[in-house]
Amino acid sequence: MTRANKRIKTGVLFVLCFLIGKPAGAELKIDITKAVVEPIPMAITNFVGANFGPSKYGIDIARVIKADLERSGLFRAIDPKAFIQKTHDIKSLPRFGDWRLINAQALIHGRAHLILDGRLRVEFRLWDVLAEQQMVAFVLTTVPSAWRRVAHIIADAVYKRLTGEEGYFDTRIVYVAEQGPQNRRVKRLAVMDQDGANHLFLTQGKSLVLTPRFSPTQQEITFLSYYGRVPRVYLKNLDTGREEILGDFRGMTFAPRFSPDGKSVIMSMAKDGNSEIYVMKLSTREVRRLTNHSAIDTSPSYSPDQKQIVFNSDRGGKPHLYVMSANGKKVRRISYGKGRYNTPVWSPRGDVIAFTKSYRGLFYIGVMYPDGSGERLLDKDFLVEAPTWAPNGRVLMFFRQGRTRADGTGGKTRLWSVDLTGENKREIVTPIDASDPAWSPLNR
Amino acid sequence: MRMKILSVLAAVALVGGCETASEESGKSSSSGSTALKLAHTANAPAPASVGVKAGTQQDLVVNVGDRIFFGYDKFTVVPEQATTLNKQAAWMKANPSVTVTVEGHCDERGTREYNLALGERRANSVKDFLVAAGVNPERIKTISYGKERPVALGSNDTAWKQNRRGVTKVTGAGS
Repeated sequence: MTRANKRIKTGVLFVLCFLIGKPAGAELKIDITKAVVEPIPMAITNFVGANFGPSKYGIDIARVIKADLERSGLFRAIDPKAFIQKTHDIKSLPRFGDWRLINAQALIHGRAHLILDGRLRVEFRLWDVLAEQQMVAFVLTTVPSAWRRVAHIIADAVYKRLTGEEGYFDTRIVYVAEQGPQNRRVKRLAVMDQDGANHLFLTQGKSLVLTPRFSPTQQEITFLSYYGRVPRVYLKNLDTGREEILGDFRGMTFAPRFSPDGKSVIMSMAKDGNSEIYVMKLSTREVRRLTNHSAIDTSPSYSPDQKQIVFNSDRGGKPHLYVMSANGKKVRRISYGKGRYNTPVWSPRGDVIAFTKSYRGLFYIGVMYPDGSGERLLDKDFLVEAPTWAPNGRVLMFFRQGRTRADGTGGKTRLWSVDLTGENKREIVTPIDASDPAWSPLNR
Repeated sequence: MRMKILSVLAAVALVGGCETASEESGKSSSSGSTALKLAHTANAPAPASVGVKAGTQQDLVVNVGDRIFFGYDKFTVVPEQATTLNKQAAWMKANPSVTVTVEGHCDERGTREYNLALGERRANSVKDFLVAAGVNPERIKTISYGKERPVALGSNDTAWKQNRRGVTKVTGAGS
C-alpha cells in the first residue's frame, strides 16, 4: 500500500481539466451545508478497456467510485440496466439526450487499461448532463495494484467539483480492533482504507493499545500502549513499521494527538495522580508543560491554526471543555450544558469542536462553536464516544458500544459515521469489533 | 463456620489461579466479588489449615481485602472503605519486604481518556492513604487501567459498583 502510495504520486502523468461544449447557465452544484440533501441521480458507467470494450479494472474502479459517492449520501447511482447508451468510446461526446431520459444529472465514464510498461492508465470524465458540459477530466497512470486509490481519487474529484469541498475518499482509518469478553478484551491496532478495504492489523494483541491518532503530514500514528505493563505514548511509522516511545517519563503518558503541522505531539502526563497537558516537539523531544491545575486535564486537541488548544478538565467539578492559548495561557471554559463533556476534537476547518457528552445515562456525539455556543447533538446511544473528523470537516466517525449482559455477551462495538448535518448515519464495516477510530488526512 | 471455611478454600483456589497476573483474568469476575465479601467478614487471620502464605496476594485477598470501591466519577476514599486500607497498611508493615502496585479502575460510563486519568487518581488515592498510614511510598507503584479491565460483566449498577475500584497487587514478594 505504501509503495503504491508513493508511486501514484510520481505516477500522475498529467492532470487536465478542460471544458467542452456550451457554457452552462445553471451549473450542477450541491450545497452540503443543508441538512437534507436530495441525492443527485448520477450515471456511473463501467470504465472501458483498451479497445473500448469491457475491462476488469474498469468494472472494479466504477464499483468503488459508486460505493464512495453513494456512501456520502449526496449521490444516487442509477441502475445500469436503465442506461440507454450502453457503451461509450470516451473519445466522442455522450449522447446527452439518452442520459437526460433516465434523469441522470451527472455522468461519469472513463477508460482503464494496462499500457506497454505494465502500468495501469486510467482516464476519467465527469459530465453535467443538463448543461452538456464536461466538469472535470484527468488521466492517472500508476501500478495496477493501486487501482482502488485511483477510484478514490476520482470519487474525490467528483465530490470536489460538485460540492466545492475537498473529498475524503482517498483516506485511511486507524482504529482499535477488539475481541473477546470485556474483562479479557484483546485490543490490536488496525488500519484500513476509509471504505474498509486493504485491512491490516498492526499489532498482535499482546499489549493493550488505545487511542491511535494519524499524523496530518506523515504515514505515522501516535497511540497509547501498555507494552511492558507501563502505559506510555508511542509513535509508529506505518511505512517502515518502526516504533518508538515518546512518553518515556516517570508518570503515565496518554491521550496523544498530533499538532496540525505534524511537528509536535500534545498529550497528558500524570504525576502523583494528577494529569496535566504537555506538548513535545518531535525533532528535539523537548517537552513543555501547558496546564498547571490540581484537576484532571486531558484529551487536548489543537485548533487548525495551531494557536489554541481545546481540552477536557474536571476543574469545575465535572468534566467540561476548556480552550486555552497554545502557550497554556488564557484558559476559559466553553461547555456549560447539563451533563459531562469529554473528548473535544477541533474540526480541521476550524469552525466547530466535536465532543462526547454524557447525560442521564446516555452518551451523545455533538458539535459546538469554539466559543461554546450552538451546541448540536448528532447521535446518542448507551455509549457513543471518540469522534474523529474526515479531513474536510464534513463527516465524523466515532464508535458505538452496546450494553453488555451479565453473562458477558453483548457489548457489540462498531465504528459509525455521521455527516456534520446529523444526516447519513452509517456503520463502517470491520472484520471484528472496533473502537477509537482516527481518520487520516487526504493521501495526496 | 464449616461452610465459611469451604468457601474460603474455594476463593483461594480461584484467586490463586490469577495471582501472578497483573491484569486480572476473566475468571476473577466471580472470584473477585467472593473474595471481597470474605475479606470483609474474615477479620481474624486465616485458619492455618488453609495454608495461605503470609505476604502473598492470597494472604492479602483472604485476610485483608485487596480492593476498595469508589463512587461514580469520584476518587476520594470514603470512610467505609478506609477500614480496608488501614488493614492493608498494617499488613504492609507486618510484611515489610512486600512491594505492591495499586491498579485504578473505572466503570464503562466515561470516555476512555478521562477514565485513564480518573483511574490514575483512584490508584493514587489508595497510595496516598497507605503512605499517610505509614507505608514507605517506595513500596507502592500505581497504574491506571481506566475502563479497560472490568472485573464484573454487565452494563448494570451492580457491575459498575464493582468495577470502580482500586486493587492492591503484590508485585514483590516478601521473605
